[in-house]
Amino acid sequence: MEPQLSSREPVRSDAQRQREQLLTFVVAGEEFGVDILRVQEIRSWSRPMPLPRTPEYVKGVINIRGDIVPIADLRERLGLATQAAGPTTVIVVLRVEHGGKSRTMGIVVDAMSDVTDVARDQIKPPPDLAETRGVANLTRGIALVDERMITLLDVDGVFPPPTDADAAA
Amino acid sequence: MSGLDAATFAALQATFLEESFEGLDRAEAGLLTLDTAVTDEVVGELFRAIHSIKGGAGAFGIDEITGLAHTMESVLDDVRSGAAPTPAMTAALLRGVDELRLALEERRAGRVASGAAHAGVCAALTAARGAAPRGVAPAPPVPVAPAVNAAPWRVEFAPLPHLMRNGNDPLRLLRELASLGGTVIAVDTSRLPRFEDLDPTECHLAWTLEVPGAVERAAIDEVFAWVDGDCTLAITRAAPVAADAPALAAIAADAPMATSERAGAPASREASAIGSIRVGVDKIDQLMNMIGELVITQSMLGELDGEGPVDAERLARLREGLSQLARNTRAMQESVVRLRSMPVGVVFGRIPRLVHDVGARLGKEVALELSGGTTELDKTVLEKLGDPLVHIVRNSIDHGIELPDARAAAGKPRHGTIRLHAEHRGSEIVIEVADDGRGLDLPRIRAKAVERGLIGADTALTDDETAKLIFAPGFSTAEVVSDVSGRGVGMDVVWRHIKELGGQVDVQSSPGAGTRTILRLPLTLAIIDGQLIRVLEHQYVVPLLSIVESVQIDPRRRARLAGGHDIYRVREQIVPIVDLGAALGLRPPGVATSSLLMIVETDGAPLGLIVDELLAQQQVVIKSLESNYQRVDGLAGATILGDGRVAFILDIVDLARHARRGRVGHADHEQAA
Repeated sequence: MEPQLSSREPVRSDAQRQREQLLTFVVAGEEFGVDILRVQEIRSWSRPMPLPRTPEYVKGVINIRGDIVPIADLRERLGLATQAAGPTTVIVVLRVEHGGKSRTMGIVVDAMSDVTDVARDQIKPPPDLAETRGVANLTRGIALVDERMITLLDVDGVFPPPTDADAAA
Repeated sequence: MSGLDAATFAALQATFLEESFEGLDRAEAGLLTLDTAVTDEVVGELFRAIHSIKGGAGAFGIDEITGLAHTMESVLDDVRSGAAPTPAMTAALLRGVDELRLALEERRAGRVASGAAHAGVCAALTAARGAAPRGVAPAPPVPVAPAVNAAPWRVEFAPLPHLMRNGNDPLRLLRELASLGGTVIAVDTSRLPRFEDLDPTECHLAWTLEVPGAVERAAIDEVFAWVDGDCTLAITRAAPVAADAPALAAIAADAPMATSERAGAPASREASAIGSIRVGVDKIDQLMNMIGELVITQSMLGELDGEGPVDAERLARLREGLSQLARNTRAMQESVVRLRSMPVGVVFGRIPRLVHDVGARLGKEVALELSGGTTELDKTVLEKLGDPLVHIVRNSIDHGIELPDARAAAGKPRHGTIRLHAEHRGSEIVIEVADDGRGLDLPRIRAKAVERGLIGADTALTDDETAKLIFAPGFSTAEVVSDVSGRGVGMDVVWRHIKELGGQVDVQSSPGAGTRTILRLPLTLAIIDGQLIRVLEHQYVVPLLSIVESVQIDPRRRARLAGGHDIYRVREQIVPIVDLGAALGLRPPGVATSSLLMIVETDGAPLGLIVDELLAQQQVVIKSLESNYQRVDGLAGATILGDGRVAFILDIVDLARHARRGRVGHADHEQAA
């Protein structure tokens, strides 16, 4: 009775298809959310090994069960001031799609919030002014849940796709 | 195929195809040497290769090629018995090899080749065969005198149960043998089932026959030609005798007749999608021995797990066991890596044919020199190496090597030479393609690049940088778009492939004297010997192979050149030095207080790296940064240390390149601080 769907697409009922589950977290006092189906795990903060010659917001890589996973500081990615890791700082490990290739990447957030159910029609497009802060490609929309406003992150936009920088050297 | 389930059949067919492709490669290589020298060994090898393909094709119902293979075999048989191969014959045989390969590839894809070209090739072969001078060599002309063959043939013929279902009749075969004078001397009825179990459409009998010795072997073979694979057949006597095969063209024309009954059989698509590797038994045996050792070590450690106090003696045995375990593990790693390695010669094998064909088409005389073919590298790397090499060699012949007259006019030998060489250099494999042609026309490359908008009109480039422009997509300076190269694709493919493998491409060219293309590839052995080092609070791994020595810095031997380059004197050598901490963007340049200098070697040139501390040496497993992130300059990958932390493996070649450009610790630092 469940509709036939590709393995990528999780099976959801009609009612569920109208809604989206978000994992929400806090960065610099603001609430952000990602599609919960993109979240692989949440880890306590551990210091990444810094990478040379990479953008500032890429803090380095960590070892997740033998996998080398790059970590981005969401604060810095959003153009906010850095802040030392505190007791609530966690790493949200996400599945990122780049050109059909699935990668595992992590983002550093200030604190976890909760899991929120949101109706699709309660997700509004981001206002134009986000553009001025250079983070438009990070924002998929704004979810309105009761009194809260949750900025929906475009998981694939947090890390730019890999570049073959020296191809034309 | 009764008696074999579909899966087994598919697996066997996959093996057969793989062996056939190897056989064809060998045959091709052999054919190319026929032009220069005919040795019994080469001809024998060629004959065997084609013969086993013919036999196997029959067994697997790949009937569309048996006719062609048979004709080729006959021609080779002539050569084997002393006929001198003519160029026309070699060319026809090469075409035959191509057709066979094509047909087998179709089969591998689960299709049946039309074989439309086979008749043409067969005709060419037959014509070439007729034209060939026979008996030139002192070897006895064609069949051996019947007197030698006096002993009668013994033919043991046991049809497989399904023989009749393929439209064959054992009785007809027996009658044909009888017409040659053969008599049945024994019938084997042991396989005859009880009457109630008898399936009248199956064969259950086997015969032993005697055929007079004067009959030619080929005549007997011909009787069984259509049941090859549907029966077990043994024809015994003295050594097989070279013989004339019967009307070739006729067979060639008839060949597809028996085809396609089994075309619907499940093809081994699945099986061929998963790559397989042929491994020498010695390598497997070695691995088996090591597993044996490992089991012994394990039981030794297991004994220590019993009751009783943990005393000094037990501790000592535990230590011994652990160190034994370390040895075993290491040895096993090495053998597993060896399992995946194959000699570069496998890829080099494709080149002679290419040189032969392309040279002939362009009217150029090209000699090929191969060296270092036994250099081993990982199978995956090897497979991806083929196309780039083909492109480079093709380019060298097309653009590099001049026409014979032009070469003579330039005072060079009429025939050009292309050299392929492979060797291990540090943790890389270096493959060099050198030609003695006209070299790259750098001003024209530059002009073309400007015209195509690849570089600005006033961009300053060194000669090597200009030469590298040939790897840019869509770049070609050929005036004529030939079918060989010059469509502007090719060299950028080389670049892409080698980059994908994590390698580097370099070109060196000297006008009038030739071009050298150098490919550097990582061995991609998943495990390397590393030296752990510390820089500030971080650990890094330096591949042990690139380390020459480590020295304490003596301030009197250190100097700073204008422009900020630091140098150091090691004995009689001047070595540029770089603070690794600065190179990695961990600290600004010039603040390192360590006095430890690690001398590494890249491309034969030394480089000194200032490190804070040397730690342990250990084997590390290389993890890719690309799988979740991207390639990072200066890093060859990452590894996970015993305590679970990540350590980067330094790419010494890359670091040295940056150091030579003087970029380390300057512009780079600001970007990555």
